[in-house]
Amino acid sequence: MTDSRTTTGTAVPPTDAHPLLEVRGVTKGFGGGRRRLTALDGVDLRLDRGETLGLVGESGCGKSTLARVLLGLERPDAGTVRYDGVDPFALRGKELLNWRRRVQMVFQDPFASLNARMSAADLIGEPWRTHRDVVPDSKAREKRIRELLSLVGLRESDAHRYPNEFSGGQRQRIGIARALALDPDLIVCDEPVSALDLSVQAQVLNVLSELQSRLGVAYVFISHDLSVVRYISDRVTVMYLGKVIEHGGTENVFDRPQHPYTAALMSAAPVLDASRAAHDREIQLKGEIPSPFDIPSGCRFRTRCPRAEDICATAEPQVVVRESAGAGDDHTALCHFPLEARSAWA
Amino acid sequence: MTTAPAPAPSTTGPALDVEGLCVDLSTASGTVRAVDGVSFSVRRGRTLALLGESGCGKSMTALSVVGLLDPAAQVTGGAVRVRGEDTLRLSPAERRKLAGPVLSIVFQDALTALNPVQPVGRQIGEPFRIHRGLSRRAAREKAIELMTRVGIPEPRQRAKSYPHQFSGGMRQRLLIAMAVALDPDVLIADEPTTALDVTVQAQIMRLLRDLQDERDMAVVLITHDLAVVAQRADDVVVMYAGTVVEKGTVREVFSAPRHPYTLGLLDSVPEDAERGQPLPAVPGSPPELSAVPSGCVFQARCPLVRERCVRERPSLRATGDGRSAACHFSEELDRD
Amino acid sequence: MSEGRIVTEETEEEVPAANGREDAPGPTPAPKSPPRWWLLLGRDRVAAAGAVVLTVVLLVALFGRLLIGDRAQRQDLDASLRAPSLSDGFYGLLGTDVLGRSVLARLIDAAGTTLSVAVPAVLCSLVIGSAIGLWAGYHGGRRESVAMRVADVILSFPSLLIAVVVLYVFSPSALNIVLILAVARIPVYLRTSRAEAAELRSRLFVDAARTFGTPSRQIIHRHILPIALPTLLTVATLDFCFVMLTESSLSFLGIGIQPPDVSWGLMVAQGRQYLQTAWWITVLPGLAIVLTTVSATVLAAWARIATDPAQRWRLTLPRKRRGASAAVPPEMIP
Repeated sequence: MTDSRTTTGTAVPPTDAHPLLEVRGVTKGFGGGRRRLTALDGVDLRLDRGETLGLVGESGCGKSTLARVLLGLERPDAGTVRYDGVDPFALRGKELLNWRRRVQMVFQDPFASLNARMSAADLIGEPWRTHRDVVPDSKAREKRIRELLSLVGLRESDAHRYPNEFSGGQRQRIGIARALALDPDLIVCDEPVSALDLSVQAQVLNVLSELQSRLGVAYVFISHDLSVVRYISDRVTVMYLGKVIEHGGTENVFDRPQHPYTAALMSAAPVLDASRAAHDREIQLKGEIPSPFDIPSGCRFRTRCPRAEDICATAEPQVVVRESAGAGDDHTALCHFPLEARSAWA
Repeated sequence: MTTAPAPAPSTTGPALDVEGLCVDLSTASGTVRAVDGVSFSVRRGRTLALLGESGCGKSMTALSVVGLLDPAAQVTGGAVRVRGEDTLRLSPAERRKLAGPVLSIVFQDALTALNPVQPVGRQIGEPFRIHRGLSRRAAREKAIELMTRVGIPEPRQRAKSYPHQFSGGMRQRLLIAMAVALDPDVLIADEPTTALDVTVQAQIMRLLRDLQDERDMAVVLITHDLAVVAQRADDVVVMYAGTVVEKGTVREVFSAPRHPYTLGLLDSVPEDAERGQPLPAVPGSPPELSAVPSGCVFQARCPLVRERCVRERPSLRATGDGRSAACHFSEELDRD
Repeated sequence: MSEGRIVTEETEEEVPAANGREDAPGPTPAPKSPPRWWLLLGRDRVAAAGAVVLTVVLLVALFGRLLIGDRAQRQDLDASLRAPSLSDGFYGLLGTDVLGRSVLARLIDAAGTTLSVAVPAVLCSLVIGSAIGLWAGYHGGRRESVAMRVADVILSFPSLLIAVVVLYVFSPSALNIVLILAVARIPVYLRTSRAEAAELRSRLFVDAARTFGTPSRQIIHRHILPIALPTLLTVATLDFCFVMLTESSLSFLGIGIQPPDVSWGLMVAQGRQYLQTAWWITVLPGLAIVLTTVSATVLAAWARIATDPAQRWRLTLPRKRRGASAAVPPEMIP
């Protein structure tokens, strides 16, 4: 776990062919019969050590369910999840408990994710009550709490304060410190800055980047804010109604989106700099996201897609790789008529 | 109760003129000033954004304008002028006459703003029944007309549905329908799209713009999202700790801010930042309203802070044509 | 101001941006150490009074009998039905009953009996009901359904009637009374704790605990129970009142505490026929019941707020402003 960490310098480049996280064909549904909700449908993902994967999508896309699957809180109905080759859902007892150290989560709501009756020190140290071997005695515990507080930019004196005495940004830092307590390889960040003020957002984003370069921890960063995702992610996955509809390096996906939905997202997101190119091609989507109980046949995006044709209703699209993608530059989309294939882009 | 109708709209002058508004709030730690001397005005056909983070007082300002303040809060000074009258000096009955035909508001959370046990058709028709005395059937027809205008599919059937049977975006459209029902002069939108998905947000903001152009309304947009302001607002008022720190057109203020806070906010947006480089974050957090410093409100977090800032609170000074900033040293921010 | 400077070109090498003290330059929520309990209690005069009354009652119940010896049983037919007066010595303060026994002494004696029935009954039903309810509510599913149906079954029996029947069939001993009261009240705690657990299990911090691999038992103990406890204690104090009154009713009906033992309820019953001539025999024990139950309720309400760090500030308000202000907690200002 600690072998690929460096204490200084930049993020650790992937040194082994084994990715940290590999997800293949994960499917998860809830309920039964006619009220069956398919939250995830054949999702593939890959994440290397020290990398950040941005996960983008609107409501009903399944990103929360995916986060829970990655954390081992939900068992997928089909497909595999592998951390360094290990399947957490095949583990039991002590092995499972030890595995849990590798993946942690930072939640969206800084207040609701902290038990208001526990002090900051209690909150940060809570994971050690289940994993007693991580900190052998109370002195080590105190020391580690001090270290973690300092890592996230809080003071030593903050250890004994309660959540309601902290601001939103500070609470989120406590949440991050708690997620670091077990020294994880991967932290799933579920909209970690959405509930924060803008000026505080930047602070917390800095904390997260800093921690990545210091500790080499990988992130799955879920957010609806595209500018934040662009800033912090190395690669991006776009989801719609339970499927991955586009995936690739951040610049590629943002500057040359292949899927109409991605392009629509880019153009819908308000931008500060009005001269940004994406807005010249504003794609307006009609209607709203269909109910996940009633997913359209064929391509699930066709009901809102301005480029939909007959085949989109009858046949499910296959994964296509961007034509101009170089080797090792994986940029894929799930579409019959990906944008670049149709027209010549400047 | 007077029987005279609301005064006719003036063709000149701003649709809404707020001057020196002060609001005090009773809290656990005593009375705090939540809004301190806020002034701005909006003309018909233009969108003014009240921009700021939590605790800056923007929502309180909006609620004071429409008279929906929490009982713990009290307006202690200033004037709010619509159609030549100061609404703060009116009686509650006279104020009620303005709600709908002159002033209206769209809230953030449509689910709690709508009555869950009444069909939406009836709720949307309500302004017509109250202010124009229409019959139930006529009001219903108007409601359906409005629902069509805001883009609700199958409005006639859906008028019988209840709020929880609509999606978030649809509910927001319903709220907007209610707000524009009587063609108000001023529409206040309090974080109208914060809770919505990005693509739906875009649709809603576009709808608001269309309605605004159609009916020549003034829109006051309350938000903490800089990008929304950049794209959808004409003028901006930046608020911090209950005061206005900068005012002007969006184009000018965003391209050349003259207050360190505005600059700090603009820099915090990750939009053009380079990955791997830390974001230039404004340190600290907004002050507690009970602990607002007596000098400049931004002194604790300002990179340009000097002794004068602690001593003397800067007032809004003109920094250009039609723009102003409350900073002693705004010239230093004048880049190229 | 180097730490606070807005970083544009240079990045700070020595002190990473993450360590930029978020709250060093700006005023933050003032850190107050949690105030001492007794200070908090002292500020709320009504709650303090309640605490004092309860303490007195408790002490009397525990030690009263040692102090009065057999005065409660000592009869003096010459002194029968004496009104409360100051001139009859300490034991004459509250008058005497028909057999000349000091009412004060009997009150003290009865305190012990009454509490020794009410407290164990409440404790039993609290512990058993809450444990089952929390477990059922947290796990949900079949466990929840079964527990709720059991509670429904118990509730469907009219408790007083069942008590009468059971006590008639088996002898009305203090132990039997405690048992029947405890069982009858279990559903109250079961339902309350189940509802609390069901709501709390979907909270984010419980999810967080699951991500560390915390077993359910620990989650219930560490997160669910502390939050549900104030509610349960409030229910318990209300129930305490109910149990005391039920015991009084049973004694009144003759199937509760049997003479020569005495409880407040029994005293009320025994004094019934003298209500017009010697009201003090009934009214005073009744007053004792009322005082005790009201004090318990008031103290529970206070404790509920005091144990919640987010609500504690309300108790630090000066008394005048507490009612007058809309009590907006500082962090809720928009």
